This record gives sequence, structure tokens and C-alpha cells, in this order.
Amino acid sequence: MAKQINLKINGIPVTAEQGTTILDAARQAGVKIPTLCYHPDLTSWAACGICIVKAENSPKTFRACATPVEENMSIITHDAEIVEIRKTVLELILSNHPNDCLQCPRSGNCELQTVAAEFGLRESPYKKVLRGLPADHSSPSIVLNPEKCILCGRCAHVCQEMQNVWALEFIGRGHKVRIAPAADVSLNDSPCIKCGQCSAHCPVGAIYENDETGKVWAALGDQEKYPVVQIAPAVRVAVGEAFGYKSGELLTGKLYAALRRLGFKAVFDTNFTADLTIMEEGSEFVKLCKEEPDKLPLVTSCCPAWVDYLEKYYPDLIPHFSTAKSPQAMLGALAKTYYAEKNKIEPKNIFMVSIMPCTAKKYEIARSAEMHASGQQDIDVSLTTRELVRMIKAAGIDFNNLPDDQADSALGEYTGAGTIFGVTGGVMEAALRTGYHLLTGEELGSVEFQEVRGLDGVKEAAVDIKGTQVKVAVAHGVANVQYVLDKVKAAKAAGQPSPYHFIEVMACRGGCVSGGGQPYGATDEIRKLRTAGIYQDDKLAAKRCSHLNPEIARVYRDFLGKPLSEKAHHLLHTHYTARPLYNR
Amino acid sequence: MTKVTVADLQKIAREQSGVKSAYQKVVLVCGGTGCESSKSDLIYQNLQQGVRDSGLAQNVQVIKTGCFGFCEKGPIVKVQPDESFYVEVRPEDAREIVAEHLVKGQEVARLLYDKNKKPGAKADDIDFYKKQVRVVLRNCGLIDPENIQEYIARDGYRALAKVLFEMQPEQVIEELKKSGLRGRGGAGFPTWRKWDFSKAVSSAQKYIVCNADEGDPGAYMDRSTLEGDPHSVLEAMTIAGRTIGANRGFIYIRAEYPLAIHRLEIALRQSRELGLLGENILGSGFAFDIELRLGAGAFVCGEETALLASIEGSRGMPKPRPPFPAVKGLWGKPTVINNVETYANIAAIILKGGEWFAGMGTATSKGTKVFALTGKVKNSGLIEVPMGTTLREIIFDIGGGISSGKKFKAAQSGGPSGGVIAEEFLDTPIDYENLAKIGSIMGSGGLIVMDEDDCMVDVAKFYLEFTVDESCGKCSPCRIGGKQILGLLEKITKGQGALEDIEKIKKIGKAMQRASLCALGGTAANPALSTLKYFEQEYLEHINAKKCRAGKCKDLLAFSIIAEKCKGCGLCLRKCPASAITGEKLKPHVIDEKKCIKCGACIASCKFGAIVKK
Amino acid sequence: MSSAPKLAPDLQNFIKTWKDKPGNLIMVLHRVQQEYKYIPREVALYLSKELNVPLAKIYGVVTFYHFFKLKKPGRHNIQVCIGTACYLKGGGDLLLELENLLGVGVGGVTSDGLFSIEGVRCVGCCGLAPVAVVDGEVFGKLKKDKLPEIIAKFKDK
Repeated sequence: MAKQINLKINGIPVTAEQGTTILDAARQAGVKIPTLCYHPDLTSWAACGICIVKAENSPKTFRACATPVEENMSIITHDAEIVEIRKTVLELILSNHPNDCLQCPRSGNCELQTVAAEFGLRESPYKKVLRGLPADHSSPSIVLNPEKCILCGRCAHVCQEMQNVWALEFIGRGHKVRIAPAADVSLNDSPCIKCGQCSAHCPVGAIYENDETGKVWAALGDQEKYPVVQIAPAVRVAVGEAFGYKSGELLTGKLYAALRRLGFKAVFDTNFTADLTIMEEGSEFVKLCKEEPDKLPLVTSCCPAWVDYLEKYYPDLIPHFSTAKSPQAMLGALAKTYYAEKNKIEPKNIFMVSIMPCTAKKYEIARSAEMHASGQQDIDVSLTTRELVRMIKAAGIDFNNLPDDQADSALGEYTGAGTIFGVTGGVMEAALRTGYHLLTGEELGSVEFQEVRGLDGVKEAAVDIKGTQVKVAVAHGVANVQYVLDKVKAAKAAGQPSPYHFIEVMACRGGCVSGGGQPYGATDEIRKLRTAGIYQDDKLAAKRCSHLNPEIARVYRDFLGKPLSEKAHHLLHTHYTARPLYNR
Repeated sequence: MTKVTVADLQKIAREQSGVKSAYQKVVLVCGGTGCESSKSDLIYQNLQQGVRDSGLAQNVQVIKTGCFGFCEKGPIVKVQPDESFYVEVRPEDAREIVAEHLVKGQEVARLLYDKNKKPGAKADDIDFYKKQVRVVLRNCGLIDPENIQEYIARDGYRALAKVLFEMQPEQVIEELKKSGLRGRGGAGFPTWRKWDFSKAVSSAQKYIVCNADEGDPGAYMDRSTLEGDPHSVLEAMTIAGRTIGANRGFIYIRAEYPLAIHRLEIALRQSRELGLLGENILGSGFAFDIELRLGAGAFVCGEETALLASIEGSRGMPKPRPPFPAVKGLWGKPTVINNVETYANIAAIILKGGEWFAGMGTATSKGTKVFALTGKVKNSGLIEVPMGTTLREIIFDIGGGISSGKKFKAAQSGGPSGGVIAEEFLDTPIDYENLAKIGSIMGSGGLIVMDEDDCMVDVAKFYLEFTVDESCGKCSPCRIGGKQILGLLEKITKGQGALEDIEKIKKIGKAMQRASLCALGGTAANPALSTLKYFEQEYLEHINAKKCRAGKCKDLLAFSIIAEKCKGCGLCLRKCPASAITGEKLKPHVIDEKKCIKCGACIASCKFGAIVKK
Repeated sequence: MSSAPKLAPDLQNFIKTWKDKPGNLIMVLHRVQQEYKYIPREVALYLSKELNVPLAKIYGVVTFYHFFKLKKPGRHNIQVCIGTACYLKGGGDLLLELENLLGVGVGGVTSDGLFSIEGVRCVGCCGLAPVAVVDGEVFGKLKKDKLPEIIAKFKDK
């Protein structure tokens, strides 16, 4: 057990583990110290100066977020002097920040706004100094508006520490510092993988999802259009946070109902195509195992941010990438072919909207020619959970009192394997459940693979499939990928067999449940709650393996033939190309 | 050359002294940056050539030394043992010095600082040097910094030998503790404690870092020390390495100091050749080596966590402390960081004892301090005085008083992190605590003298411009607060200030002091706060009467022509770039205030003193 | 994307020597700037690959340190010291006068590419204040009316 440290916070005795920050120790004492730049996902950057506290009988101040507790410390977190200084610092920060809160995408859930409200600021004593920096709208996924930036550094640190992408960095110095890509290229020309974690961590309206609700409203009001929608697995366990539910609350039925009330003529579930992905990807894996084991490992490809990363940073591993499209993309292709045929609707009139926990999905829908497999662009608009929440509220839908509804048949039914696509390790677990069947022809007794679950950055396991050891690795948070892929590359270079047979990667820590498009405020605590919601959905499911989904059986029987058939290849697979880190 | 032992060191010292005494005269030419930029290198070459041509090569040695300190009068040439102190020497003067002084034995009176020099008078007797005590600068202006033998002859590396063979690390720390040496870079943290902290941490890898990123505008103590006596720093770093158990050192030096870098490179090479750096130093089994790392123009890198980030190849943005570098520094390893001046004291303390060092200075501040004395002072230059010397002694006795002949107004110590010292404190003994009480800091030792022509609001503005420009931009109190204070000062100097602006400056200043992450931000408001404290009246004049008594704030000036003095020559009219002056020939002219751009061209052109600015 | 630049062999060797030393970036950038007088984009890209440092980090560093330039300076870079001593003695006026004479602002380059102006921090010649440095040559105790002479001197170089 770690050493215990005794200290006092505002006179209240506290015992905390060695290494605990003053900020966390204060929480134990029921004292809330205000913060702005601090985020529990990241190393304390200690920039904003809001969390300063002082030691009793000492002239020194400390940043509570970054200072570890020491034996016999006596910390004052709130007194007239400290509160006054914090207020001045906050007024200074506001002097650098536009006052157009009413029109800001973060209005109502802005951390700066909240702190300002808590401090009761009523005046702007200092001259407004804005820099007139233009917003960057180049990316399909996110908008960077440096004018609103308070330089907390969270976005850059997420991009560097958690994601190892380095699209964003502090550029310049002093009052000219700003967050931008290198060499002043636009975000879209930078190595950005569109994961949107910067936007999920931004405390203010400086980086946010590219809002495309306008296009969806227009389509919903267009008589010519036949608007249909799909929702991704992770949306159902997080959307409730915006309506007062606790994190992880499973709200699939209410979501279906809300989407119908918005005016969508059919409501599909991406979980269905998650099951389909397993059929295609699983078959791909089994085929490789049996026919070309030297081409292993197979690497999952349902995360578009990860796809973008691999194409930019590990193009030499492209041959190992599963060609199966993501569940989102598969559903788009089937909606405008299979569903259209079945229901005799002109594909060009179908307006396919996807609700995703993700900003990169906005990029995925047009990332290559295969995203037009139906002859149209398969998905017209991809919205994040946050955008959907705004639409539900704008439409006057009383989400909390909605009755549960059902998804539409043909592209709506899912198994537990489909739903766990929303968490790290889920795709692997789903693939193992079906892979076992495909390799042995038998069904698993227990379908749960605990060793691939949880928040460890890299999870490795050897799964015994009737005497055959299948070695798997799961990584999430892109910075964790390097460890896995370096091992693969080293083995390759040494002419040895790959240390893994199957690798799952999700770009965001925790997987899609804390994707870049999810409601704000994800921390490991919230990740765990949302994840629990997903596993609950799995447990409650009538069927827990993709190959047991009757609608999946039907789509192969009626339309696709069998996994990896020519038609399946045409509609459900894609290919990858090496891309430069910088487009110019 | 082969690796030396302690006995070899003694032999080198003896031989070198022998070489020295073989010459009848030694000509010392200042090779500091200041004098070199006034062509002292050419003086050196001309003197050497002259000596050779006169057949004196066996009798006269010409060497290029580090800075003499008396930069105002540079280039300096000193001839020993005659104690001839030549100032403002030009390259063409070399011939005369050779012909008259070196050949005929007649001093060149016109070049002497003291034109009426009496026989037997010592160079150190001149006012500029009389009150100085040289510990840090003990070798500057005395030895050839590019020749390690000369350093060895002046007891060089004897302290290292003592530490390696006669002392335990605990004893070194004990000696430092006795000496009372405090860090010369800014806050004055006791050096022994830093070393002790690092020594106590168990780690296979530790580092010794020398902060030579001297960034205060108007300060060049460290540069001169490195240019004049680089080995004193190398020796001290090696001693530090031995004491805390480190075997790698880095000197982080400004890229703007090419000469110091050059001399350090030579010193490093010579030390390695003699085995004073590298494996098995002096046969002791101890290994230590030093590398140079260049700064790139960021004042904040003088802050130790920023400096370490810079050595690591990153943006020099400070990090919160704790953890302190002594425990977790460079690449996460225990690291002792001291600045050049601190290190330059170490060998002397080891050899002469902590008690000797503690014998100088005040109760809390021991030893000497080097100051770069500049601004409106007659004898600007580099000086070293015991702690506790008063400002009056420094400015008036050593510095020779105010250069303009005008009245002393204030002195700024500690550069942009410091504050002004007003006239009432001229007799305060200078040490860490007294300066802090006044609202300034010791800083690294810049001392800038200001007279009545300097506007205190303008001075505060100048320093804020500097810190705003040099703020790393990481923490909001410094980044935004500095900019806001600067804006308020600009407003005031333009005559647009309001009384509440003074309160705003104080409030922001307090927030910056208390909430900034590093010392740069924590002290950035000092110039504004201290000028406000002692010269609030000047601020009020700017705000209420729209007047700048120093005549510095152009927007508050009005140029006018005194009719009685104006001869109507028309010169000012022709010089005025804004066509603001009108008048008939031979009749008094007038200035149209609306058109006047206050450039001062008219005042400069008037031969009758008829134009005034008020 | 710009193609890989051809680097002088000396520079290549320097980069090779420093490649595996931790904290090499700033030292390498110094060497690059010595070669080109600024940090060209394509060289930065090359360093990114060669030293395995993200380009964003390189730009973060380059834009943090005032010493590094992203734009090519004039053939003769006139540095005017605006350290405290020089400022008090008229360094600021020298800068203004230079801007007038050359018709470009601080940080700009004359249209013929010959001159650029830069205000620099204390160059350590406070005894000679005010000071300007051109191509390493120091001009001390400088007066405004000496500037045209200095410009003329370097124009023909």
C-alpha cells in the first residue's frame, strides 16, 4: 500500500495516499477547488492559475492540480486573498475571450462560463484584447476557432500524449501563442486523424464538431427525400447524460422513438451491421488462418480515425488491414441497395443519416470511392451524439418521457456481439465469439472474454480455440498502438511469425463510448459507467453471437450470398492507401 | 598531451610561473566582447607584430585576456609590472605603445587612464577598482583564457584535486554551508542545500547543469566570466559532479555569446586533453564530462525548469515545482543547476575555506556580487564588490557618478524581474534581503542607473514590453496580465490614463505575483509596482496634468520656440519633416502643435537654444 | 508535398552525429539556420523524418525561440540592440530611423533582398550603447546620422 500522508485542508484533517494532488485531497475533505486547464485524463499542465492555493503561514502559493501532498501540510484553499486573486486571473482570462456566449457552440456547457458564473463576475474591468484569428473550417470533422481558445493546452496534449498524432502544437510564444498545426497548414492538410478527442476535451468553444444538423433539418423537411437513420452502439449509453440520466443508462428504445419523432421514416441500428462486420471480418480472419497464416496479423478497421492513422503512420502495414468496411459504412451501403430494393424506394431519394459517438465518422463517409458503393454517397450526413442532442431539444421532444420504440426490421436487429463494438475490446470479443464457431463449427459455452475488457491501454491474450492458440492484442488511445505494432514490425523484420494473430485498435481511450463526438466530460469514471451500460446491453440480448442474428442470416440468404462473396466485396469492403502526413 | 596527475598539475603551475617570470613585461589586452567589438583583436595583433619586429619577443609577452570590467573606457591594454592602464586604445596606438613603452620604457601618457599617474601607482588604485573585491572575476583580465596552463598556474584545478583526494562529498557540502554561498542567478537559494538534495536522491544517473542563459537586458556578468575564465566554471561543475555523484554536465549558454562559446569549447578541449574531464580524472577513478547546449533567444529559459526543457530540445515552458530539479530534473533525473557566477565562487571556497568566504558580506548574504553597471553612469562596466556595499558607493565611488551631470533618479536592479531603487535607499547595504524589502531583487546583477531624463512610467513600460515579449505564454496570469499592464502603461504615457488604471495595475500585479507559474511571471510586474511605489507622483502627473517631467513621453510633450531667443534663421523650418514650423525670415518662428510630430529635429538643428520641449 | 532537399554534406554529417543524442533538436536547428539563415520548410520536414520528431514539435520549438527564423532574412541582417542600456541611449530611435531609411519594418526584408532589420536583446556591449550589429560587425556608440553610411558600406558587399 502506498504511503499515507496526513495534512490539513482549511483546517480539516485529511489522509491521502502519497502522490495525491492537493486538488484530489481537497475533494476528500469536501472542498472543491476551481479548475480550468486541469483534466484528469492528462498530466497537469498547470497553466491557468485558477486552482492556486496557499500554505498556511507561508508566502508561497501552489497549483493544487499539480502539487502532491506533503506530510503536515496545512493548505488554505479559500480565503479573501486567494479568492480575489483567482477572480482577477479569471477576469484576465475573460479579457482575452469573446463575449458572444449566446451564439457559441458551447453555450450552456462551457467550463469557462460555469466558472465565471460560480465566481459571480459581473464586470469586465480590463480591456478586451482579441487577436482576430480566423477559424479553421477545413476539416470535415472539427472546427478550430483559436479566437475562443484559453490556451489550457488540453487539445494539444490529448493530440500528443493520448493520441501521438501531433496535429496540434503550441505555436509562437507569449501573448502570441496559439494552438495550430505545424507550418500554418490547415487542419485538413495536417496529420489530424479527426478523432475529435481535442473537441471532447476542450473546455470552451475553441474546438468543436463540425455542426451538420442544418443539412439534416433540410432533408427532414424535404418531401422528395426519404430520410432514414442509424445509431451507433455507444450513443445509447451516453445520450442520456444530456437529459439528466446517469452515465451508462441504456436508452435504445427512447432513442428510436426520438428519431422517429424527428421525422425519420426508418430507424436502423448500426449494431446490426456490427454483426455483419463480424461475419465479413471474422471470415476474413478464418480464411487467413487456414490459407495464408503468414499474412497474419489481421488488424481491425472499423475505427475511421485509426484507419486514417494507419494510412499516414504505418502504410507498410496496410496489407494486414481488414478490408471490411465499418458498421456505419456497411449500413449505408445496404440501406441504399438491399433496403431500397425491398421497399421499392429510389436509392437517390434515400437520405441516410448516421448518429455516431465520433467526429471521424464525418470524414469516413467520403474517405474513398467505395463509400459510394450504392451508386450514391451511401451516407449523406454523419452526426455526433452532441449534435443529435441539440436536434432533440430543438424539436421540443420530451426525451425523458418518450415510450420505448423498436428499430425497423431488415437493418435493425442486433446481438450482444454487435453492441459491444462500442467499447475497447468489443470488436475482438465479438470476433472471437463468431470466430470460434467458424473455426470449429461449434458454439461457445461462455461467450465473455474478460481478458480483452477494461481500460488498460494494451491488452494481450492468448485464446485457446480447441487446441489452437489465437494470440490477440487490443489497443485503445492511439499512443498505445505503437507498442503493439512495433512488436509486429520487429518480428517481421526478423523473419519471425507475428506475435499476434488478430489486433483490435480503437483510437479513443475506452473505445467509442468516449468517442470525440460524445457528450462532454468523459473521464475514466464515466468511461467505466458507459462501458457497463454496453455490457448490460450485451447480457440482456437474446443472442450474443453475430452469426446467430436471424436478420444477418436473412441478408446473406436474400441478398449478399455468403460472407466475402463478390457482392459482399463490392458493397461491404474497401481498400487503403498510404497518405502523407502533410498534404502540403 | 597525456593525462595528468596531481603532481603534474603542480609541475605545470611551476613551469608556467617560470615562463611568466622570464618575461620582463607582460602586455594584457582585453579580449572581452565589448573590447573586441572595438577592434581589440587588431590591437592585440599589432602589439604582437610590433613586439616581434622590435626583437622583444623574448622579453615581452602579449596576451589576450578576459574582460577588465572597465568597458566604458575600452579597449583596455595593461602593461605589467609597470601598472600602466591604457584606455580607449585604438589599433594604430599599438605602434606607439611598442616604440615608447616597451622599447624605451616610457609610458604613453596620453593613453593612460590617469594622465598624471605617479610612479609606483597601482592600476587597482584607480577609483573604478579601489572598492572592488575580485573572487568571481579573480582571473578575468589577468590570464589568457585560451591557455589552461595559465589557469593552472593561478591555482586552477587544485580545488578539484582537493575534493577528489582529500575531501568527502559531505565535507564539500559542509564547506559550502559554512561559506553561506547563495545562488547568484536570482532568488538566492542556498547552494549547499541544492547540492545536498541531489546528493540524497539515489539514482544511477544525475546531472550538473550550468545556467549561462544570461538574459537580463543590460547584464553581462556571466558572459564576461566565461570569456575571461572558463575553467573556473568547468572545475566547479566537476566538483559538483563529484559531490552529488553525477558524471555528466551541460552548460546551457546563449547562442548570442559566440566568443564565450568559442572559449568554452577551447577550455573543454584542453581539459579533456589533460584528463581533467573524461574518465579517471587525475587518476581518481572519477569520471565527468561536460557538453555545451545553446539557447536560442528565450529569456524564460533562465528559469530552471524551462532551461531543462530547452536542453531536452523542447519549448522552454516552465513546469510546476515540486518536483524540484534537484530531485527530478533533466530527463527526470536529479539535477543540480547553478548559474555561472555561483560556480565561479566554488573553487575559491574549497581552497580558502567557507569561513574565508563568509567573512565577506552581510549577515545573510555572503561573499561578493558581480554587477553590470550601465545606464547613465560615468564608468559603466563590470564590477565585483562585497555584499553589503551600498548603491552610493557603487554608483558614485566606483561608477564615478552620473554621466550626464544631472541628478540621480533611481537604479534598476534585477533587470525586468527587479524594481527601482530610489534615492532614499542609496545608502542601504545591498544584499538579498534588503533588496527584497525595497521591492526589487538581486537578480543576476544588472544595475542600471537612471537620471532625471528617464521617465519612470516609460521605464516600467520598457520592462513590461520586454517581459510581455519574453513570457512563454503558458500561464494566464503572466501572459494576459503582463499584456494588460503594458496596455495600461501605454495609455498613461500617451496621456490617456485614468486614476483607476493605477489600481488596476496594482491588482493585476498582485495576481501575477501570486498566481504565476514561474519567477518570470511572478516578478514581471515588479518594475511597474516598484516605480508606482516610489514614483507614484510621476504617474499622477502623467494622468492628471498630462505631463512627463523627464520629457520622455512624446505624446505629452509640446515643442515651442522662445521668441526672444529665435533669430529667424529658418533652419528648423527647413528641417521639420512635418512642415509644422512657420515664420518669416529673421523674425521669430512658431510651431503648430497640431502638425508637430515631436521628432525633435528642430531642437537638434537650432543653434540658439531657442526651441524647448515641455 | 515538396521533395527531399539536398543537404550539404557537412550538414548531413552534423545531423548524423546528433541523430541519437537526446535533446538534439535545438542544436540541429542552430546548425540548419547557420547554413540557410532560416529554417526552410522542406528541411524541417527532412529533420522530422531523420530525427523522428513530429513536424509540429519542430515548429513549436522554432516559433518559441526568437533566434530561429521561418522567413529568409536579407543578405545583410542589421541587428539593433534594444537591451536596457541601448534603449536608454536611443536604440529605439535607431530602429525607427533604419525603418525609414530602408522602407521596411522590423522583421521585413527590403525588396532587393539585401537588408533586413531586427531588434535584438542585449548583445553584451552595454559600454558601447547604443549598438548595432551587421554581419557580425559591431557598431558602437552609434548615432542616427551614421546609419546611411553603414547601409552604403554593406550595399556593395
